[in-house]
Amino acid sequence: MKRHLLEAADLDRADATLVLDTAAQIDQALAGREVKKLPTLRGRTVVNLFYEDSTRTRISFELAAKRLSADVINFSAKGSSVSKGESLKDTALTLEAMGSDAIVVRHSASGAPHRLAHWVRGSVVNAGDGTHEHPTQALLDAYTIRQRLGRLEGVRVAIVGDVLHSRVARSNVGLLHTLGAEVTVVAPPTLLPVGVGSWPVEVSYDLDAVLPKADVVMMLRVQAERMNASFFPSAREYSRRYGLDADRMAVLGDEAIVMHPGPMNRGMEIAAEVADSVRSTIVEQVGNGVSVRMAVLYLLLGGAPS
Amino acid sequence: MASSSQPARNPAPKTADPSGGILLTAADVARVVDRMAHQLIERAASIDPRSATGGLSDLVLVGIPTRGAPLARRLAARIEAFSGTPVDVGTADITLYRDDLRLRGVRALEPTLLPDAGIDGRLVVLVDDVLFSGRSVRAALDALRDLGRPRSVQLAVLVDRGHRELPIRADFVGKNVPTSRSQQVKVRLAEIDGVDEVLVTEGAPGVREPREEEAR
Repeated sequence: MKRHLLEAADLDRADATLVLDTAAQIDQALAGREVKKLPTLRGRTVVNLFYEDSTRTRISFELAAKRLSADVINFSAKGSSVSKGESLKDTALTLEAMGSDAIVVRHSASGAPHRLAHWVRGSVVNAGDGTHEHPTQALLDAYTIRQRLGRLEGVRVAIVGDVLHSRVARSNVGLLHTLGAEVTVVAPPTLLPVGVGSWPVEVSYDLDAVLPKADVVMMLRVQAERMNASFFPSAREYSRRYGLDADRMAVLGDEAIVMHPGPMNRGMEIAAEVADSVRSTIVEQVGNGVSVRMAVLYLLLGGAPS
Repeated sequence: MASSSQPARNPAPKTADPSGGILLTAADVARVVDRMAHQLIERAASIDPRSATGGLSDLVLVGIPTRGAPLARRLAARIEAFSGTPVDVGTADITLYRDDLRLRGVRALEPTLLPDAGIDGRLVVLVDDVLFSGRSVRAALDALRDLGRPRSVQLAVLVDRGHRELPIRADFVGKNVPTSRSQQVKVRLAEIDGVDEVLVTEGAPGVREPREEEAR
């Protein structure tokens, strides 16, 4: 494994499989235990450096680090010296001077974790940067698919919705390709990035044509906060063409699963009855997130400092 | 109890087999495992003499991966063959409890599987292939503490090679082998390596730090 986890491309097939296998062993080792804590990272300090709002990712990383007995410092830009104008670099160097071994960073600027990785000696884990990547989300999605379907090789995954603004989509495309899955991205042309032709994926504008062949349907959140132009005529029209409702779910194969990275816009990209159906893995994804992040922290921090 | 099952003195005396080579053949391994199975039956019976199963229903053999796991299964199979009573078997991966991860780097994890009845209130016997520094056993004891509260914990090892770094000794020893620190003891088991044998080889130039699972 590399020292940092900044994007899905940092993991080759062997590394990605190692993370998933490690997460599975941790899951199994902790299942049904009263003491859900391991001493592995005792004395290590993990800083959660969050410049952007987050519920599940921040809590998930915090829980993962605590279950491995690391000390956790939560830093959110709001209420810190960032509001006095302190730069990312100075903030990071300050945290490292206080002895952090790893920085888990979320930032609204794509590439911020890469810059950070050049400034600090410890490990940097990207917890989402702008519209770029969110590698641990892709890992937990791959883990969830493998858990439900028993394999990743040859699994047909449809990633549907706001691909343009989605770091989850970018990381998933990269990681799932590495692991041998066949990915199709489905979106209106306005919500596909310019370079999508160079991605290792099929592209479709027609959700109804893709659904019957899909083993996994991954719905993306429509990221209204990043939309600085009108990408589709109305929410209602988007929902009708690209939303997953009960009628569309009915054409899926028997084994097919529905995923969503959260937070959901119920009624927009995904109907409530789909989100709450037995095909939906949305709650499992959250639970698996802790195991996968434990695996990542163990593999990055457990060994010798380089 | 046979003399070779006595706990090793610490530190180990001089090297017994300077030429290296095969220490136990497949037939030797089978004989040693059979003897240890008999000793475990005796021990279980002495702890609970009034039990209908000779105390064996309270016994749990917990193997330490990699090679302790198949060893525990073999011991359980032999105990059942000799006594007619099935014995619970489990494995406990200790990687996340090791104190030398920073020195040696991370490694892939192995399964942790405990019997459905758990380990609370039972006689747990940890099973490992080689007892060396004692650090694996310490990690296993820490892991057990998080997994439940056994009535007592004992230790069975196929080979005790000395050079303990912690106040730990085995209750059941297949073979005591005085070694030098630079030597390596390799246990090979058919389940993993395709062949049963125990080898002592001269280590690479330069004395290596002690390490319990040599071939891991």
